[in-house]
Amino acid sequence: MNKTRASGRTVGGLRTLSLQAPAVTLLLLWMIVPLGMTLWFSFQRYNLLMPGMTGFAGLENYEYLLTDPALWAAMGNTLLLVGWVLAITVVGGTLLAVLFQQEFAGRGIARVLAISPFFVMPTVSALVWKNMMMHPSNGVLAWLAESIGLPAVDWFSSLPLTSIVIIVAWQWLPFALLILLTAMQSLDEDQVEAARMDGAGPVAIFFFITLPHLKRAISVVIMIEMIFLLTIFAEIFVTTSGGPGLATTNLAYLIYIRALLDFDVGTASAGGVIAIILANIVAIFLVRMVAKNLED
Amino acid sequence: MTTLSSKTAAPRSVSGWRSAQSKRILLTLLGWSVALVIFFPIFWMILTGFKTETAAIADPSLIFSPTLESYQDVHARSGYARFALNSVAVAFGSTFFALLIAIPSAYAMAFLPTKRTKGTLLWMLSTKMLPSVGVLVPIYLICRDVGLLDTRTGLIIIYTLMNLPIVVWMLYTFFKDMPKDILEAGRMDGASTLQEVFFLLLPLTLPGIASTGLLSVILSWNEAFWSLNLTTSSAAPLTAYIASFSSPEGLFWAKLSAASTMAIAPILILGWMTQKQMVRGLTFGAVK
Repeated sequence: MNKTRASGRTVGGLRTLSLQAPAVTLLLLWMIVPLGMTLWFSFQRYNLLMPGMTGFAGLENYEYLLTDPALWAAMGNTLLLVGWVLAITVVGGTLLAVLFQQEFAGRGIARVLAISPFFVMPTVSALVWKNMMMHPSNGVLAWLAESIGLPAVDWFSSLPLTSIVIIVAWQWLPFALLILLTAMQSLDEDQVEAARMDGAGPVAIFFFITLPHLKRAISVVIMIEMIFLLTIFAEIFVTTSGGPGLATTNLAYLIYIRALLDFDVGTASAGGVIAIILANIVAIFLVRMVAKNLED
Repeated sequence: MTTLSSKTAAPRSVSGWRSAQSKRILLTLLGWSVALVIFFPIFWMILTGFKTETAAIADPSLIFSPTLESYQDVHARSGYARFALNSVAVAFGSTFFALLIAIPSAYAMAFLPTKRTKGTLLWMLSTKMLPSVGVLVPIYLICRDVGLLDTRTGLIIIYTLMNLPIVVWMLYTFFKDMPKDILEAGRMDGASTLQEVFFLLLPLTLPGIASTGLLSVILSWNEAFWSLNLTTSSAAPLTAYIASFSSPEGLFWAKLSAASTMAIAPILILGWMTQKQMVRGLTFGAVK
C-alpha cells in the first residue's frame, strides 16, 4: 500500500505521520512534562509550607527518603500487599477458570456474577467491605462468626493490612478469572481427551496439560497486576488513611502523604521517582511480551 | 485419530451415567456457591439500600420491610445528582476526546504501517504503565497554577491521556481485523480517504469502536486516584462522593448502600456486556 520512491522512502509516510501526530504528541507531552518535573523536583529543596527555603538539593531528598523508616515500612507493606493479592488472585483465578470452563447449569449467569467485583468502583468496594462486611459488631462476617460460636474479628483494628488485602483481592480475582478463562478456551480438547484415555486423572491433567498452557496468560496477569497493585490508593484512603500508624501505608500512600499533607514536594517527588522506576522494571517485561505477540 | 469430547460421550453403563450425573450436579453446586459467595457483598449492599438505617445495622436479615427512604435521603440531602452528572460528563467527555484522537492514529497504524508503527504502538502502551502517583506532584501543581483544580475539564484532560493508549490499541486491533478488500473496492470506486473512513470503515467497525468506548467509560468512571486528589466540591465525581462516607455523621449504612448501588449499577451492566473486550483491552492483546 505504500509506494516506494527511488530514494527508498515510502510515500505513505507523511500521511501516517500527520494522522498519528495528535496522539503521539499528546502522549509525548503527557510523559515528558510531568516526568521531567518530578525528576527536577526530586533534586530540589521545595516545601510548599516553607516557600522561602528553596534551592538545589542534589541527592539530599533521596538520602532523606532512603533513611526514613517510613519509606521502608511503606515498601514492606507494598511488597506484602502486592504479594498476597497476586497469590490469592492467581491461584484463585486459575482454579476458578478451571471450574468455569466445565459445563454446568446456568454457567453463563454464574460467571457474570463472579466477575462483578472488578467493575465496582474502589471506593464503594472498600466502604462496603469495611462497614457492612467487616464491622466488628454489626457486620455480616461478625454475625457469621458468632453464629458458629467464634469470636468476631475486629478486622481493621487488629488486622489492617490483611483487611486491605481481602478487599483488593476480591476486586482483582475476577480480572484474573476473566483473563485465564479466555486463555483456557484455546486449550486443545483433543490433548485432554488423549491424556484421559491414557488414564490420567484430573489432577495430573491439571498439572501437566492445563497449567503449562496457561503459563503465558498467568505471567501476563502477574505483570499487569503488579503494575496496577503498586499504586493501590483509594482503598487505603477511604478505610485506614494509612493507619494505624503506618500499618497500611504503601509507597503510593506515603507519596500522597508527603505531597498533599506534608506539602513536601521534594521528598514526594523523590518517592515518585522510586515508584516510577519500580513500575518500569515490570513494564519492560510486559512490553516485551506484547511485542512478541505483535509478531504473530 | 477420532476423539470423543467428554461432554458428548455417553457412558456405557447405568452406573457410569449416574456418576456423570452426580459430577454435573456437584459442579453446578460448586460453581454457583463460588459465584454467590463472590457476588455476596454486592448483593448485600443492594439489599441494604432498601432498608432503614436502624434496620441496616441490626443483625443481618433477609427479612425486612423495604423502603425508599435511604434513596430519598441521598438525593435530597447530598444532591447525589450533581456528582452523578460529574461522573457522566468526565467519563463520556474523556471517551469522546480519546476516540477523536485515537481513530486517526489507529487508522494510520493499521492501514498505513511504516517501520516505526510497531515501536510507536509499544511506546504508547508503556505510557499507560506509568504509575499515576509518580506524577502526582507535577500534575497537582500544574492544575493548581493553570486553574484546573476541581474542574471537570482538568479531569477530562487527564483521563483522555490515561485512556488514550488503550483506546488506540483496541481500535488498532479492530481495524486490523477488518478485511482490506472492502476498503480496496471502495477506493477503486473512487472514494476519497475521508469517504472511505466515514462510509465504509466506521460503520463496519462500529461494534469494535463501541466496545472500546464502553471500556474507556468504565475505566474513567471507576478511576479513583485523580478524582480523589484533584477535586473537592464542584467537579467531584461519584468516586469522591462515596469516599465522603468514610467519615460520616451518625448512621449511614443504608445511605451508603443506596448511593453505591446507584453509582455502580450502570458500570456493572456495561461491564457485563463488554467482558470479552475488557480482556482484549486490558492485556494489550497479550492473551488471545
